[in-house]
Amino acid sequence: MTCACNGEKNKEKYFEPLYMIFEEYGPDDKNLIPVLQNAQDEYGYLPEDVLKEISSHMKIPLCKVYGVVTFYTQFHLEPRGDNIIRVCMGTACHVRGASDIFEVVNDELGIADGETTEDLKFTLERVACIGACGLAPVIMVNDNTHGRLTPDKTREVLDIYR
Amino acid sequence: MKSLEELKEIRDKYKNEIQIRKKEFREEEHIHKAHVMVCTGTGCVSSGARDVVAEFNDELGSRNLEDEVKVVGTGCHGLCELGPLVIVYPEGTFYSEITRDDVAEIVEEHIIDGQIVERLLYEDKSGKKIAGYNDIDFYKRQKRIALKNCGKINPESIEEYFAEGGYEALGKVIDELSPEEVIEMVKDSGLRGRGGGGFPTGLKWSFAAGAPGDKKYVICNADEGDPGAFMDRSVLEGDPHGIIEGMAISAYAIGADEGYIYVRAEYPLAVMRLKKAIIDAEEYGILGDNIYDSDFSFDLHVKEGAGAFVCGEETALMQSIEGNRGMPTPRPPYPAVKGLWGKPTNINNVETLVNIPYIILEGPEKFSAVGTEGSKGTKVFALTGKVNNTGLVEIAMGTTLREIIFDIGGGVQGGKEFKAVQTGGPSGGCVPKEHLDLSIDYESLLDVGAMMGSGGMVVMDEDTCMVDVARFFLDFTQSESCGKCTPCRIGTKRMLQILERITQGDGQGGDIDLLLELGARVKETSLCGLGQTAPNPVLSTIKFFRDEYEAHIYDNYCPTGSCDELALPYWIDKDICIGCTACVNECPVDAISGERKEPHVIDEDACISCGACAEICPVDAIFQK
Repeated sequence: MTCACNGEKNKEKYFEPLYMIFEEYGPDDKNLIPVLQNAQDEYGYLPEDVLKEISSHMKIPLCKVYGVVTFYTQFHLEPRGDNIIRVCMGTACHVRGASDIFEVVNDELGIADGETTEDLKFTLERVACIGACGLAPVIMVNDNTHGRLTPDKTREVLDIYR
Repeated sequence: MKSLEELKEIRDKYKNEIQIRKKEFREEEHIHKAHVMVCTGTGCVSSGARDVVAEFNDELGSRNLEDEVKVVGTGCHGLCELGPLVIVYPEGTFYSEITRDDVAEIVEEHIIDGQIVERLLYEDKSGKKIAGYNDIDFYKRQKRIALKNCGKINPESIEEYFAEGGYEALGKVIDELSPEEVIEMVKDSGLRGRGGGGFPTGLKWSFAAGAPGDKKYVICNADEGDPGAFMDRSVLEGDPHGIIEGMAISAYAIGADEGYIYVRAEYPLAVMRLKKAIIDAEEYGILGDNIYDSDFSFDLHVKEGAGAFVCGEETALMQSIEGNRGMPTPRPPYPAVKGLWGKPTNINNVETLVNIPYIILEGPEKFSAVGTEGSKGTKVFALTGKVNNTGLVEIAMGTTLREIIFDIGGGVQGGKEFKAVQTGGPSGGCVPKEHLDLSIDYESLLDVGAMMGSGGMVVMDEDTCMVDVARFFLDFTQSESCGKCTPCRIGTKRMLQILERITQGDGQGGDIDLLLELGARVKETSLCGLGQTAPNPVLSTIKFFRDEYEAHIYDNYCPTGSCDELALPYWIDKDICIGCTACVNECPVDAISGERKEPHVIDEDACISCGACAEICPVDAIFQK
């Protein structure tokens, strides 16, 4: 991963929100999780640079910071999209071409399972049956279900959220 | 606030304010003409309760009634399925499923004209409309101690908590009782831990009190993670001051001056209300230094979890507060001796703590008068699954499962046959219908291989596959296993693999014995409560539903048709089929053929048993074999 701070000049600006968080939470082990939670609220996820800065500021080894981040499901090391797309891979969807639908989303957005687009609009996930077999193949975008999809219709659905 | 007398003055001032909600209210005493209580628990909020509150305020404002009628957002009333719920006092009329469009009618007809809006009343099984909150079966059979304030007061108002006698128990403890006397009272009450294990609370306190150390902590475990359980969330959202008061009393009893409430981050409303409650209590001087002008000081913090089920285990929870990976540590040493940051620590569950002020004020005898020989008081359950009235219920210990499911819960949905009830979440087990008359207490549930647990109660009907239920819970515990100890990390994984192959039709002879053996080992040898109880759903379903496991393994057949790979194919009754071709178009695998207006046929080998055809068929001609 390349450094997100674009050199020294912007570094201060990039870490500014983080320093605000440090003002509220001192360099104490017990504050690690709250600092990570606040940092994730601020940055949308936990970038490597942010973790390094937290480690050096709080004087907690980076391996421990990383260990805590990967233990709790709330923390994400990669950015998450504004829209979470879940493609159903259940039996009925599978035989009705769910993998074609998955490929369309994959092609259109240029992301694989578990990945997020660079503009942070979309995150793509494969999921087990979402219980809408009669509408197969189905995808869910956030809380909305879109069914009876064809590759063309899938592109139309994506356009709604673009 | 400097003394109990001062508190009582404040209480009396606000008591008038809420007098209208009491049975014994006198007209000349009340300040408002009516109180409109809108449930703003998480369930009702997601059904639109905030809009309803806003609409009431607008509607009353536009009629210049805002000074005469008070709109109050309350905690959970329990009947979440019928939300948003609205109760109008002084009559105590209970309205359910209220939307903003209904508000004007309630204001116009009920509040102004004094006529009950029949159309919006709760309807019981027989179709009878019931107006009174306390006349509804769901409520009238309950006994509310832990939930006594939930839904009755505005949880964001410390003054309303005062009006209900709030913080008097803390004042009494500080003014009149020694820490030893407080512990004796809790012991006498017979209260046992409501988080699952059922350890006697007073005894636990005495351990922490007796442990040497100048610094001690109290912790409230509000990391409620069982799927299908929301008892603690409702108390946190509906009565945050009750928990704070219970914690302050426990701190006084064991000699602690600092406390933490560890809440799941997935409960944002609970976190918000707790934080507000702490600030309000600090402003009144009920938290902080020299409470009620005594030597007792107590500071309280809220700590948000970060998404790890195992943190509900007390040693893992303390690791998490300290800022580490939430992995459990071996006991002994127990937290009472060596807990948070190595100091003596007392950890109690939300529901345990909220019972404490009641025990102090009403006396341990009154508390222990309810319940059974070994299990005193009440227990809150989250009643869910295939039951008519899903929601939160608080019952006296000793109530039977039948009373909860059929009398309070209104029976099984859709008139189906009751099969089993799962209690205790992923740590518990399934209780079959032959034990429906089992009385609910810690021991009798353990005797049948289930457990009290934190209070999840999932009702299952004839269509539920018990092997699949076991697989579901094990899938959950397996993925939540923290990986520290081998029996839990690998044992649950192996058990899950066996269950998966059984539900996929690849079960082998001997699998049941293997599950029994593995399950027993995992229980015996795991480090913490997660692993020690994870096999329970499997063991109890094998105990009571062994025939279902055998059908999957030896007959390649799922008796309920829930396991897709073992589901039986569909067929078309040619005497009913009208040849409309709807099913042909619906079938995802093109397994159906036939001419228009002629009976159709399903190719059994191609059918994946998804049921899409049966759902679309206009004449119900399609059946599963």
